[in-house]
Parts: sequence; structure tokens; C-alpha cells
Amino acid sequence: MKRAAAWSILLVGMIYFILPLVGMVEFSLSMKRGIYSFEAYRVVFADPQFRQTFSYSVMMAVLTILFGVLLVVPTAFWVRLKLPGLRPYVEFVTLLPLVIPAIVVVFGYIRLYNTSSWLPMTGSVTGTNLLLLFGYSMLSLPYMYRAIDTGLRTIDVATLTEAAQSLGAGWFTILAKIIMPNVLVAVLSGAFVTFAIVMGEFTLAALLDRPAFGPYLQLMGANKAYEPFALSTIAFIITWACMGLIQLVTRLTKHDKAAR
Amino acid sequence: MTEHPPPPPRPRRRLNLAWIGILPFAAFVALFLIAPTMKIVIGAFQRADGSFTLENIFGLFTPTILSSYWVSIKISLASSALGSLIGFLMAAAMVLGGLPRFIRSPLLTFSGVASNFAGVPLAFAFLATLGPLGLVTMWLRTEFGINLRAMGFNILSFWGLTITYIFFQIPLMILIITPALDGLKREWREAAQCLGASATQYWTQVALPILAPNILGTFALLFANAFGAVATAIALTGSSLNIVPIMLFAQIRGDVLGNPHLGYAMAFGMILVTALANVLYIVLRMRSERWLK
Repeated sequence: MKRAAAWSILLVGMIYFILPLVGMVEFSLSMKRGIYSFEAYRVVFADPQFRQTFSYSVMMAVLTILFGVLLVVPTAFWVRLKLPGLRPYVEFVTLLPLVIPAIVVVFGYIRLYNTSSWLPMTGSVTGTNLLLLFGYSMLSLPYMYRAIDTGLRTIDVATLTEAAQSLGAGWFTILAKIIMPNVLVAVLSGAFVTFAIVMGEFTLAALLDRPAFGPYLQLMGANKAYEPFALSTIAFIITWACMGLIQLVTRLTKHDKAAR
Repeated sequence: MTEHPPPPPRPRRRLNLAWIGILPFAAFVALFLIAPTMKIVIGAFQRADGSFTLENIFGLFTPTILSSYWVSIKISLASSALGSLIGFLMAAAMVLGGLPRFIRSPLLTFSGVASNFAGVPLAFAFLATLGPLGLVTMWLRTEFGINLRAMGFNILSFWGLTITYIFFQIPLMILIITPALDGLKREWREAAQCLGASATQYWTQVALPILAPNILGTFALLFANAFGAVATAIALTGSSLNIVPIMLFAQIRGDVLGNPHLGYAMAFGMILVTALANVLYIVLRMRSERWLK
């Protein structure tokens, strides 16, 4: 009885989750009347705007990951090593992007860094791109910091650092050759989450008026019949792939640890 | 004659420069998180010339803005209540329902994906399913003669948005509540049974009170999550539904309220609501840790 109830709850739940995905995929395949075809995908891939916005978002995602890693790894390392008293505060700050809605922060960007301000970042294309990059880094900060800090917890930072120092390593060598390889898995899972976030992000890119994938998707949705569903399916596959890669990376290292 | 030994050399005090190490991080956070937020918060209490005022806050009390807050709050409440309930039931079925272990890992992975699959694509997935020509809409009409439209259902409405939001609310609940359910000790159930408690009594008097802070806390988190969701709402309804994120979006784009500082006040209200919900989450979370672990 109990097991039957449990199964039926899960089943009903799964139907709710699967139906929209089926609906989305079905729509994306039915551009040609009466038969299933990949026509919508063909049209989408042939659209130069798709290629531009998609590669723009991929590029932004990669840059966001690079910036995030360069910012967070040294910080998390330093806080663990030298400023353990600050840890709760730093952690609190990194969680703030989950509390303050992104739309509010980007509103602040637009007011604070407009053309008539002390730092007119929105005045030029490069400046706006940079602002968007920082915005994305801010959005991914909670995930990046948590992942990396958890990674650092599993290694003995102080001993490793001392050992490296006694062998004459400088800070750069310690970070690049000792710390990074040890928290690589954590860095990778933070990176994949960041990738998924940036690829689907809409609010920041739309309000900063940058040609990213999210706003393009919304624009297509307002104007086209089948293409948006093909694009959404692509977006879903990206999210799925990122999460799958996180699982894979974590699982691989678990085996690695067990073998030792 | 006693000779005083020379005083020991005073240990050279090394200046503590450790704080320099987090300067880049501090600068980043200050410039791109704190300062923009403060700009909005302070702006909410300023006139155009910079003088202090409460006019903007009072300015929020117009029928349009109040109703946008009210609709937003209703959608967030409905979607987080339903999301918590269904998520809890699914997690409980998975953890305590005696199901095979192999269910667990895929369900948790899927929850990770689904909770991240928000925004514009999610809106399209639901349009394709429950929209006017959607999969389920058409199926109900052709197979059962049920016309959702005629029954008053519209994906671009309160319930449409609520059903869509649940898609990322349920998985979040599952992800957060599963560890708590794992933490329910077997001894508690056995002790209750020894004392003659029925399954219902165990749940209402032991398990649920222990889980309550956790469930309520997650509910608060889901509320904030739904309240701040912009992209899904915009992609789904365009501007046909009057809710806070959509209004604020339009205000930032084109100053539809005709007063920039009223926009600040509106954003400030949004911070206030999500911050309150998050504080509630943190407080309840700390309470729940008393029993679980």
C-alpha cells in the first residue's frame, strides 16, 4: 500500500515534469505540416543572428568562468589560510546575489555606470560587455564560491602551503601548481553551473542591451512560431549537459579517491 | 655590582598585511554588488535633486503598483506552497516510500537540471504544452472534448504562471528537503511505535514538528525565488500581466512610471520582500539544525 502510494506520487510528479518537455520537443519538430522534421532546427542554425548571439553567450560564459576562477580561488584560499575569522562574512556576501534580485542589481549598474557617471561603462560597447561580464560573475558567485570553498575543505591548505613554501615556491606557484590541481573538480563543477546560468540568462543581457542568447530567444518567441521551441530544446540540452558533466566529474574523482 | 642584562631586542612587529589578499574580491563585491544595490536603496529615499524624502515610498501606494505587488505576492505564495507540498511528497516518497535505491540518483540529478531550467526556455516549454495550441490543450480537446480556454484557463494568467513556476520550485524543494528527510532517525519512529503511536500520530506529532522549520524555511526561499523571477514571466506573458518584475523591467527600459525615483522605490520594495523571505529562511534553517544533525 505504502509503496503503491509512493510510486503513484512519483509518477504523477514525473508526468508533470515530462509533459512540458515533450510538448516543447514535439512543437520544435512539427514545422512541416503533418510530419516530424528537423526543419525548425535547420532554420535556426541557418539564422546568422542565432550564430552571433549563441557564440556571444558562449564567449561570455567562458570569460565569466575565467574571471570567476581567478577571483574566487585566490580569495577562498587566502581566507582559509590567513583570515579564517572573516570566513562567515565572506560567505554571507557571496550568498547575497541569491537574495537581491538580479533585476535590481542591473538597475543599479545602469544608474551607477551610465555615461554621465564617474565610471561611464555603459558608454562604450567594450565597457558594457565588461559590465555584463561582471554582472554574470556576480550571479554565479554563490555557486562558484560554494563549490570552491567545499573543495578547499577537503585538502589541508595550511600544510600544503607550508610545504610548498619551504621548497621555495612563491604565491603564484602555490596557487597554480598546488591549490588549483587539488580543487580542480570543485572548480569544474562551479564552471559548469556558471556556463548553464550564463547561456540562459535574460534579464542582465536584455537590460544592458547586449546581443546574447537569452534576449534573442525571447525576441524569437514574440515573432516566430516553431523556432523558439527548437531554441528552447537546445537550451534545455545545454543545461542537462552541464549538470551531467558535474555528476560525471564528481563521480570520477570519487573513484579516484577510493583507489588511494 | 650587578650588571643589568641588556634588554632583549623587542620582537619586530610585523605589520599584518593579510587583508591585502582579499582586496580584489572586496573591490569587486563593493563595485558590482553592494554599491549598485545601495544606489537603488538610497535613491528610493531621494528626490531628483538629492534631498531626502519619503514621497517615493508613499508613491508606491497607487492602485496599479499595489495590485502588481499583490499579484506578485499571490503568485509567489501559490507557487511556493504548491511547490513545497509536491516537492515534499515526492522527496518523502523517494526517501521513505520503500522504493528501490536506483530511483534516487536520477531524480536528484533531474532536480538539479529542472531547478536550473528556468527563464525564457521554460516559458516556451509550457506554452507548447498548455498554450492555446499546446500538446495537453489539444489532447484534452480532441480526446475528451474539454476546452480549457472555455473553462477560463489561460497560460498567460495567474494560474498559468503559477503552474509554470512550480517547474523550478518542486525540484528546489526536493533538493533541500531530501537531506532533512534522510536525517529523520529510525529510532524516533521505533520509539513512537513502542509507545503505541500510529503512523499518523508519528507523522503529526514527531516527524512533521521536527521537519517544520525546514519545510517553512524552504517555503520562504521558494517564495523569494518566485518573487524575483523575471525572465519566465516576461517570456510567457509579455506585458499582459501586471506583476512587479515585469513592471520594474518596463520601468528600467522606458521609465513608464514617469519618475525614475519611483522606480528606485519599486526596486527597493522588491529587495525588502526577498530579503525578509531570506531572513526567515536563515532563522528557520538554524532552528532546524537543532534536531537534524
